[in-house]
Amino acid sequence: MAFFFEVLIGGLMAGVMYSLVALGFVLIFKASGVFNFAQGAMVLFAGLFFVGFMELGMPMVVSLLLTIAVMVLLAGVIERLVLRHLVNQEGIILFMATIGVSFFLDGFGQTIWGSNVRQLDIGIPTDPIFLLDGDILIQSFDLWAALVAGTLLAILVVFQKTRIGRALRAVADDHQAAQSVGIPLNVIWIIVWAIAGLVALVAGVMWGSKLGVQPAIVSLALKALPVLILGGFTSIPGAILGGLIIGAGEKLAEVYIGPLFGGGIENWFAYVLALGFLLIRPQGLFGEKIIERV
Amino acid sequence: MTAQTAAQPTAAAQPLLSVNNIEVIYNHVILVLKGVSLQLPKGGIVALLGANGAGKTTTLKAISNLLRAERGDITKGHIDYHGERVDQLNPSALVKKGLIQVMEGRHCFAHLTVEENLMTGAFTRADGGKAIAQDLEKVYTYFPRLKVRRKSVAGYTSGGEQQMTAIGRALMSKPDTILLDEPSMGLAPQLVEEIFEIVHKLNKETGVSFLVAEQNTNMALRYADYGYILENGRIVMDGEASALRENADVKEFYLGLGAGGRRSFRDVKHYRRRKRWLA
Repeated sequence: MAFFFEVLIGGLMAGVMYSLVALGFVLIFKASGVFNFAQGAMVLFAGLFFVGFMELGMPMVVSLLLTIAVMVLLAGVIERLVLRHLVNQEGIILFMATIGVSFFLDGFGQTIWGSNVRQLDIGIPTDPIFLLDGDILIQSFDLWAALVAGTLLAILVVFQKTRIGRALRAVADDHQAAQSVGIPLNVIWIIVWAIAGLVALVAGVMWGSKLGVQPAIVSLALKALPVLILGGFTSIPGAILGGLIIGAGEKLAEVYIGPLFGGGIENWFAYVLALGFLLIRPQGLFGEKIIERV
Repeated sequence: MTAQTAAQPTAAAQPLLSVNNIEVIYNHVILVLKGVSLQLPKGGIVALLGANGAGKTTTLKAISNLLRAERGDITKGHIDYHGERVDQLNPSALVKKGLIQVMEGRHCFAHLTVEENLMTGAFTRADGGKAIAQDLEKVYTYFPRLKVRRKSVAGYTSGGEQQMTAIGRALMSKPDTILLDEPSMGLAPQLVEEIFEIVHKLNKETGVSFLVAEQNTNMALRYADYGYILENGRIVMDGEASALRENADVKEFYLGLGAGGRRSFRDVKHYRRRKRWLA
């Protein structure tokens, strides 16, 4: 039983990171109806800039602030050069535009900082922690990552109640009405893309210091896709719970079902789970109820 | 005589809002407004009347500049508000200047509570939380029913409550002009009357000017001071509300009153052919 809990806790902690990245998708999707395929590339992009600044000899806090500035600037540039011109276009056109942005970020980041795997050490302890008289072993790094991601998640949830957060939700509900009360859509888009950039930065730094900053992080970030299918594209609680379920599910599946297939199912299990979900409950666990008055 | 001419021109020369001969084209091809002019005096209630598709909504959206989002463009003419041209401003800037639209079909934020909906109206304000809280209370005194439903999700409230929420939300921006599009839509007659009563009260007590687009000609002319009738993207008639109410054509075509008062169409053998006002 102790072993089960050890796997479960490890999975949940990994899941918090998925939740965070999924939330980046959800915020943009709700505020602008754009499915932002570039979220994965943004994770790598942010990670590259952070590690790049660190390697230039800057202190961690300075690198962090500089990278935040880069991500906010990026949000502004994307709004100015891409979104503004495609407003009122079909969802699929905006989606394809984000694929373009994704490739651009992927390439541009590597042009500046090179494409080799870079080690990132931000001083998080890596020694294991034992719980229950050593029955359960958890990685303190995972715990830290989960704590940081969890804090950011909590901030974002609280943020929903503020003036700007309310405006974000208003835009998500009804673009036109939001415009009619004087909420400027361009500003809201820059804000959500900047938040998505911030989320990407945290994910990039955490995954980067665990696995090294490398292009493979992009596909790790796209694990948010099954999370979204599970949780629903428009639901913040769904993104959080979906991340936890996927995180725990894939670790447990690896340990308990994996041996049947000869192992290695962790990478695709989440997608199979999501596929099953699509067949049964396509709107996701918490897909936002469409409020319709009859 | 001289006193009168001295007083009159300032009021007439500078109405709060004046729309001057605007032409609106959607998607570069669809001509919807073919030269519409109208004026809203300070503190007035002006009704914009007409059938479906006459261009009422387009006129309001041209003023509030929500047109851009629907690929519509003002190609001719101009709009002045407080004596300055505003047709190039975005909706947010207009709201800051005190001009706000309540859209047709209410458009509440369905997943926000009634109170959150009202608070979104204060988005452009920078005069601090205290003033905003005061105005929220003021909105609740005009719409006591909203106070009861303040914590309910707006999507689940009734049509009348949503219309009140939409008007209250606009009030939260501290406007001096509200463009009210079809407030009667989908509401029970009693509620329509209630809404117009509140509009009237707001106008008298707070001095907010209203430009109301309505299909319910009867109701609108009872509360407005002045009316414009739109047909096919043109203003075909305008005048004092009382004069319009007595006009034979308006009576027949918009109020459903023939020469001998209200009649059933079953009894009418020959319809008077509808005059085409302007070709």
